[in-house]
Amino acid sequence: MKLDAKIPSGPIKDKWDKHRFEMKLINPANKRKFKIIVVGTGLAGSAAAASFSELGYNVEVFTYNDSSRRAHSIAAQGGINAAKNYRNDGDSIWRLFYDTVKGGDFRAREANVYRLAQVSNNIIDQCVAQGVPFAREYGGLLDNRSFGGAQVSRTFYARGQTGQQLLLGAYQALMKEAQNGVKIHTRKEMMDIVLIDGVCRGIVTRDLVTGKIESFAADAVCLATGGYGNVFFLSTNAIACNVTAAYRAYKKGAGFANPCFTQIHPTCIPVSGDHQSKLTLMSESLRNDGRIWVPKKHGDKRPPNQIPEEDRDYYLERKYPSFGNLSPRDISSRAAKEQCDDGRGVSATGYGVYLDFEDAIKRLGKAKIEERYGNLFEMYERITGEDPYTTPMMIYPASHYTMGGVWVDYNLMSTIPGLHVLGEANFSDHGANRLGASALMQGLADGYFVIPYTIGDYLAKNPLEKVTTEHPEFKKAVEEANSKVTKLLSIKGKRTPTSFHKELGKVMWEKVGMARNEKGLREALEIIPKIREEFWQNINVPGEATTLNMALERALRVADFLEFAEVMAWDALEREESCGAHFREEYQYEDGEAKRNDEKFTHVAVWEYQGVGKKPIRHQEELTFEDVSLAVRSYK
Amino acid sequence: MRFTLHIWRQKDAKSKGEFATYKMEDVSEHMSLLEMMDLLNENLINEGKEPIAFDHDCREGICGACSMAINGRPHGHVGATTTCQLHMRMFKDGDELYIEPFRARAFPVIKDLVVDRSALDRIIQAGGYVSVNTGAPQDANALPIPKESADLAMDAAACIGCGACVAACPNGAAMLFTSAKIMQLANLPQGQAERKKRALAMITQMEEEGFGACRNYYECEAVCPKSISVRFISRMNIEYLNASVSASL
Repeated sequence: MKLDAKIPSGPIKDKWDKHRFEMKLINPANKRKFKIIVVGTGLAGSAAAASFSELGYNVEVFTYNDSSRRAHSIAAQGGINAAKNYRNDGDSIWRLFYDTVKGGDFRAREANVYRLAQVSNNIIDQCVAQGVPFAREYGGLLDNRSFGGAQVSRTFYARGQTGQQLLLGAYQALMKEAQNGVKIHTRKEMMDIVLIDGVCRGIVTRDLVTGKIESFAADAVCLATGGYGNVFFLSTNAIACNVTAAYRAYKKGAGFANPCFTQIHPTCIPVSGDHQSKLTLMSESLRNDGRIWVPKKHGDKRPPNQIPEEDRDYYLERKYPSFGNLSPRDISSRAAKEQCDDGRGVSATGYGVYLDFEDAIKRLGKAKIEERYGNLFEMYERITGEDPYTTPMMIYPASHYTMGGVWVDYNLMSTIPGLHVLGEANFSDHGANRLGASALMQGLADGYFVIPYTIGDYLAKNPLEKVTTEHPEFKKAVEEANSKVTKLLSIKGKRTPTSFHKELGKVMWEKVGMARNEKGLREALEIIPKIREEFWQNINVPGEATTLNMALERALRVADFLEFAEVMAWDALEREESCGAHFREEYQYEDGEAKRNDEKFTHVAVWEYQGVGKKPIRHQEELTFEDVSLAVRSYK
Repeated sequence: MRFTLHIWRQKDAKSKGEFATYKMEDVSEHMSLLEMMDLLNENLINEGKEPIAFDHDCREGICGACSMAINGRPHGHVGATTTCQLHMRMFKDGDELYIEPFRARAFPVIKDLVVDRSALDRIIQAGGYVSVNTGAPQDANALPIPKESADLAMDAAACIGCGACVAACPNGAAMLFTSAKIMQLANLPQGQAERKKRALAMITQMEEEGFGACRNYYECEAVCPKSISVRFISRMNIEYLNASVSASL
């Protein structure tokens, strides 16, 4: 596998401008002769599809939802970063670039991150022009808030629904293009990509209503299919989020980069029982005033207000006196896990810690707390039925975002020519850890301001023969998809698709989750193939292939998670260092800080498929840091 | 907790549907209604029966996918909430629940509790946008917008496109949905150039899709998970009148 990142030469500030100038262009009248397929309609997918159509390309878009507006980008609450420096507080493109590289623990590609910071400003301009109702000040100008990992106020927001408003902006841009011929396929899920002579020329889909397996040919394909956080079963992702599109690309030869970089968010509402289907995030800002604690004694079942001060362990304040309750995401998450693994966790399952506002209410008064966190307290009460003003909240970390993904070069093209990957689905610009309010920025940067340029260059420089879905490779791919469906329906075993997903998720959470070690990872590599084997012998998928069959949809997704999980474990095992969200217990400083190994691991690990159950080959894209010097990420 | 569920089962768009009854025992009060449905579906699969199809995705009240009525009320009896945010503690032990799809002429049933709401997308396609291409618009702060206008636009923009307003309306009207988008953009300077054209086009499309007319029942506002106000409907009517008068000149 050849990994050429295709980073333009020259000073970092000029790379993108120079690259854009050097790109080959396509005559406006000729653009309609090219067909581009976009899979996924979140921020990256909708933005890309709308922009392609505006340029004049022939575009087909696919989503498994009933409307393209329902993609999970919609659930992002906090905001979107941009280097506008409207606050006059010292922000700049350079500072956003620096913060992102540092926040990613020096495992991201400098040139990509710089470009991301550059186009961040265009995104805000574009979204305002579309009518996105960002929060404003009385003077009529845009408001900003602060976010973790930055000392400037650069986050733009629309109440607690920033993701929704940005997605609706992109959705409306896409709806506008329906009059220009964009074809939007809803309730169609991608099953595979099709290669002809090593070049990606189309996709295979399953119509979720009729069950029909179809194929579509194109001159280029873009996957914008999101992350794989649901490999843990429980996560803050939507229920249907899955790895299938990215994993199918990997199976057809695309390199998969840094799969072990998965972000665990420290403040989510804990699991309440075995039947829980997903986890809900509570804003991290709560840690500004809440104190985190667990009982000192094991098995202390007293209600929290009957546990006196001397029997409480404010473990973050104890272990990290300088940062206390505001310790970074990864450290806070791991510390909570430690307490619960030690048997001192709270909640019905023992996997929760208290986030207590009693002192803050005493100090500031209930009104002040209500003003700051009222909507969050209400949301918490709605879900748990408990009033956080009178009894401490319970929180626990949960899988939230995946920095890893399909490897792409500077042009967002994977190792398969013609296959481009955007947004969370690519391995992206966040290195080993993503900063808050940067996911929305990256999705829209890829969709609005990067891929519309780079895809034109690809199409102009690589003349392709016309193909149709009559080509034998398309027929073969359709047949394979059909036989997979038939196989799943014919097993008629004893276990449901969800039960396998839960079993896999538990293994991944325990052994490939927040903190990993060699022993656990090797165990995971033993267990995962066994679950997969049982899956293919004992799955029970009722219903038919030719109707709306949600059990079948789930089974198809779980089947891919069961293969992908192994790649994740291999990556975590062979990255013998701790960096960002990847924490290997063997590699830490005495105070529990992650111990990076820059000499051996300043690279992107890129995995090449070798067959189901076979260890994939690990390639490396070396990372060089010319503009930001490698340093220990300190929170002291 | 224990519940008796009467759930609408319908094989496909063409078949006739009917309620089927299921008894649920040992339901945890912490479960959401959809998690109880998950449990029921697991049981059904284990019995070799086909699970109940229902739309859902984010399960945190923002994607707008869930589309069922509980005891005749879209998104259930708790105000300002989506079905996915209903928890079983909000019901009484031993309750009988009737669960059926959003009912409206413009929302044909696809299967069980799943309906086709693509008509709402087509209303947006008719004009629910600002015609601005990706490119290099002016700096975002070159266009000051009074906070009051921005806040009002955001109140309208909060719509999640679930269609509960349509299902609750005795006439199956999509006035609340349509007015939310028209009034978001009418309250912003960016929406002015196409303001009249948008109102005419979206309302025409709404009627063509088979949605009914508004008779001021206000059922839509009562079930809206985002509490979008019916005031937007009266505002939209003024928009429509203005646009029609100018169009006829």
